Amino acid sequence: MISIEGLSKIFTSNKTDTTAVDNLTLSIDQGDIFGVIGYSGAGKSTFVRLLNRLEEPTNGRVVINDQVVTALNKKDLRIARQDIGMIFQHFNLLWSRTVEENIAFPLEIAGVSKEERLERVHSLIDLVGLSGKEQSYPSQLSGGQKQRVGIARALANKPSVLLCDEATSALDPETTNAILDLLVDINRQLGLTIILITHEMHVIRKICNQVAVMENGKVVEQGNVLDVFLHPQQSVTKKFVKQVMGSDEEDNDINQLIKNNEQGKIIRLHFVGETTNDALISQIIKTYQVDVSILQGKITQTQAGAYGTLFIQMGGNQDDVTQAITFIREQTSVELEVVRDAD
Amino acid sequence: MLTELFPNLKLEDLTTATYETFYMTIIALIGTFVFGILLGLLLFLTRNGGMWQNKVLNVTTASFVNIFRAIPFIILILLLFPFTEFLMGTIRGPKAALPALIIGSAPFYARLVEIALREVDKGVVEAAKAMGAKTSTIIFKVLLPESMPALISGITVTAIALIGYTAMAGAIGAGGLGSYAYYSGFQRRDFDVVLICSVIIVVIVFIFQFLGDFITRKLDKR
Repeated sequence: MISIEGLSKIFTSNKTDTTAVDNLTLSIDQGDIFGVIGYSGAGKSTFVRLLNRLEEPTNGRVVINDQVVTALNKKDLRIARQDIGMIFQHFNLLWSRTVEENIAFPLEIAGVSKEERLERVHSLIDLVGLSGKEQSYPSQLSGGQKQRVGIARALANKPSVLLCDEATSALDPETTNAILDLLVDINRQLGLTIILITHEMHVIRKICNQVAVMENGKVVEQGNVLDVFLHPQQSVTKKFVKQVMGSDEEDNDINQLIKNNEQGKIIRLHFVGETTNDALISQIIKTYQVDVSILQGKITQTQAGAYGTLFIQMGGNQDDVTQAITFIREQTSVELEVVRDAD
Repeated sequence: MLTELFPNLKLEDLTTATYETFYMTIIALIGTFVFGILLGLLLFLTRNGGMWQNKVLNVTTASFVNIFRAIPFIILILLLFPFTEFLMGTIRGPKAALPALIIGSAPFYARLVEIALREVDKGVVEAAKAMGAKTSTIIFKVLLPESMPALISGITVTAIALIGYTAMAGAIGAGGLGSYAYYSGFQRRDFDVVLICSVIIVVIVFIFQFLGDFITRKLDKR
């Protein structure tokens, strides 16, 4: 459990104050994958650095697992940091050390014996899928492999929290997905809390269960990922949601759909969460003898289930259609809206 | 054959002179490496935004470095005579040249060390801090290993300057090839001795350069 109370950071240079993080209050549960999203300059990188005091907060408190991080002296802070892993956008590996030696570095800092170090390093290399690369130098690895080393290194001292500072922003989409899958695996296997900073909604969508949207040093919106996706309140949030859903021109599309399909009812199905996994469409076709054609739609997967919209055209016997609609409305969690009734 | 080409050359004297040059260069180089890194680290760590940010210490170190870099080496030797006598008990011979050689070249190397340390990726230092590393751990396990190729190529450049300094020191009594060329060659108008000394010095410079490049390449895994 992490609680952040009234956290602020003000940078002073040339007598002008810049508020990077502004009176921020949050609480993050053990085992969460908590995403913080914002455009560059929103203060999210500063925020994550305040958590392990790579930046000293100007005001406020950070409490991680009942330990008040902001009140620790230098020596205790160093010990507390061993319980907070961190990975970076540019990996920050030591080029002069091999993969093995890089992963062993935090263990050396923690004073772990050599035998135990070797053992731990090898199990970590297995965990992140880098077997065979033990003796390679970072310069011989691809970006994705470097981040795997970064993750193994961050996990070496068995932390309870993992901070990810734009950990996938320097990677291509495919590698990003592989790294995100690895983070979810680790979250499940080790039960550690992950706090992840990003500017890509795709990352939030794919692995987070909680999200906070930052703008000008403040959290403007926060909550369950699905809720935020469904009912974005702030304009920044709406922009981020569009990044993955691309639903800007939806209204135009509906008119187009109505014009192009003259027969039957046009129905908008809004999928939220679990039930998308059930074969809804084929179920209503089989049960109610209706004709269904899929016109347009986009469904995307989040950690809490699927989310998206589907436009269908439903034709056939009036009674069957009505029954099918009633079934969807009453028996499933899919939201249904009749966009155009049949004539 | 050597005696026909160089009639005034005494092989025994030449060997002794070469040995003395090597002796002065290597011992002074070790001293320069140690003091230069200490001074360079001090400059780097105490600078604005550094881990030991301390304006007074930074300005003091920087002044020391700048003053001793500004004084021409031949004058520095003369200036340091009392100090040398106090430290080594004599002002003659290769040993007596060492304090001046080290004090003359360590400040130069310190600046190269400072530049090398500034080139170390700040992200890596930040990562080490995030792991809970102490400043001493960061110095010995991050800053120095990560800047080692630059430190070695820096010491190579310094070594070549140092070889020049030993020759200058030789001209005022320190021994070595500089001394041999000046006293046995130039002053007796035996230019064959001057020539052979020059050739040997060039060979020594080449050896140091080659070794430095070789080690730098071996260390650099980037």
